Amino acid sequence: MSPPPPADTLAAPLGAPPPGSTSRAHAGLRVRGAGGALGLGLSTLYLSIFVLIPVAAVVDVALGSGWHAFWTSFTNTVALTALEQTLAISAVVAAVGSVLGTVVAWVLVRDQFGGKQILNSVIDLPFALPTIVASLALLGLYGTSSPVGIDIALTKTIVGVALLFVTLPFAVRSVQPVLLELDQEVEEAAASLGAANATTFRRIVLPALRPAILSGTALSFARCMGEYGSIVLLAGKVQIASLVIFADVESATGSGNSAYQPAAGLSVALLAIALAVLFGLRKWGTDGDG
Amino acid sequence: MTVRPVWKYSLRAVALAYLAALLLAPVVFIFIRTFEHGFSTAWAYMTTPAAISAFWLSVLIAAIAVPLNTIFGVGTALVLVRSKARGRKILDALIDIPFVVSPVIIGLALIVVYGIHGWFGSWFVDHGIPIIFDPRGMIIATVFVSLPFCVREVAPVLMEVGTEQEQAAATLGASSWQTFWRVTLPSIRVGVAYGVVLTTARALGEIGAVAVVSSNVLGSTVSLPLLVKYRTQTLGPGGITAAYATGVELAVMSLIVLLAMTLLAPQRKDAR
Repeated sequence: MSPPPPADTLAAPLGAPPPGSTSRAHAGLRVRGAGGALGLGLSTLYLSIFVLIPVAAVVDVALGSGWHAFWTSFTNTVALTALEQTLAISAVVAAVGSVLGTVVAWVLVRDQFGGKQILNSVIDLPFALPTIVASLALLGLYGTSSPVGIDIALTKTIVGVALLFVTLPFAVRSVQPVLLELDQEVEEAAASLGAANATTFRRIVLPALRPAILSGTALSFARCMGEYGSIVLLAGKVQIASLVIFADVESATGSGNSAYQPAAGLSVALLAIALAVLFGLRKWGTDGDG
Repeated sequence: MTVRPVWKYSLRAVALAYLAALLLAPVVFIFIRTFEHGFSTAWAYMTTPAAISAFWLSVLIAAIAVPLNTIFGVGTALVLVRSKARGRKILDALIDIPFVVSPVIIGLALIVVYGIHGWFGSWFVDHGIPIIFDPRGMIIATVFVSLPFCVREVAPVLMEVGTEQEQAAATLGASSWQTFWRVTLPSIRVGVAYGVVLTTARALGEIGAVAVVSSNVLGSTVSLPLLVKYRTQTLGPGGITAAYATGVELAVMSLIVLLAMTLLAPQRKDAR
């Protein structure tokens, strides 16, 4: 079979028009090739200025004062406590959020009742609502002056609730489309062969949803590990990594970038843990059927 | 599979109770608390000089960050989907960095590069254009956090629409530029619009990254989300009600964003 024609017809959307002297098709292709490289260069430059150079600088500052300083920056008591608590809360929230998120996705796809469409739109609210507003609202609703009599302000529980709020769309929206696409005939076949609902769910539905659920869990977890806005008003004395880093930056003394070494060291450790778990969960989701 | 009624109603109850406690109750609560002393009281807190300045700063930040990331998003999506340039896979992987890096770390990263002792910061300070502890830094921080949304919305749509129409346009003698404006952009407009909406929501709501690079001076470097934090932590006249009023202001903006998302969602699904 002959190879298909090049699909990159418009690789140079912002590139120069083809020179008039050569034939259009030929010139077009040539400019496209150069335009693709130019576009890639411009995109990379933009990404470098805003993202890559700053992230590289944090790593540089973290390691710039030597290995011992780097090691100390995340193994001192405060940092270690914060990392442990952040990790534990993020793990619990990602797990609980995934289970309840899957229930919500199931109800949105398989159940029928009035107002379902409105409910479906509301799922995206945490993407739209500024996190500080969520923080403020949860503080009022489940804080010291709670109108419903639930005072969990400044506890790990309310931090967890805030994190469930911000990660809800990840948990629901990663499972929902897969559930929609799921072929119900297979479930019916299982039922007609005598499988109980529990068996059908465990053997047919759950394996099909597993990659999507784990992908949602991974996204939720990564978000929890770095979250600041939704918990800043709620955490109190609960040591959360992002709040500790924030305090370190604010209290940095001395001149030069090395003043930020403790904050940068903890940042690099936090990021490394988040990335390791993110890739681990994704790999677990896509590898075989376990 | 046919779920037995007892399960069906239990699951529905769990889902509804969860969403009510987590989403509905907090939002309703903040509206009630804001307006319980009357609309004029809430309006007064929304129109103090500090609040008006915060509103315009938030608008300014979004007005710069959103167009920048939209142009970057469309251009980068074209490079990722349409070009065969080497290195685009690496670019593809790096674009998601803002999704996994904590906003606080993003703020710190900008300080060590653009701060007074940072890699490039001293040059900017010497030339009279300070970045950190200035609205400029807050704009850069917002560009960072909201950078991937547009690319990630546009790229799949671009993949889906294919190249047939573009090829037809080229055959008929259109230049790359004409093809882009008259063929490509109209066919991906829903994706671009959805990306713009998500970017705007993030730009208006960002607090972690901008809090680190802001000098937190009312009237100059306090955006609306920072004003909510400021008013909650340093209870001034009006106490918490002032904070609620600013919170409602942001909530109303986000409800508009949510409405736009809801209206665009069906078309977005068709386009993909």
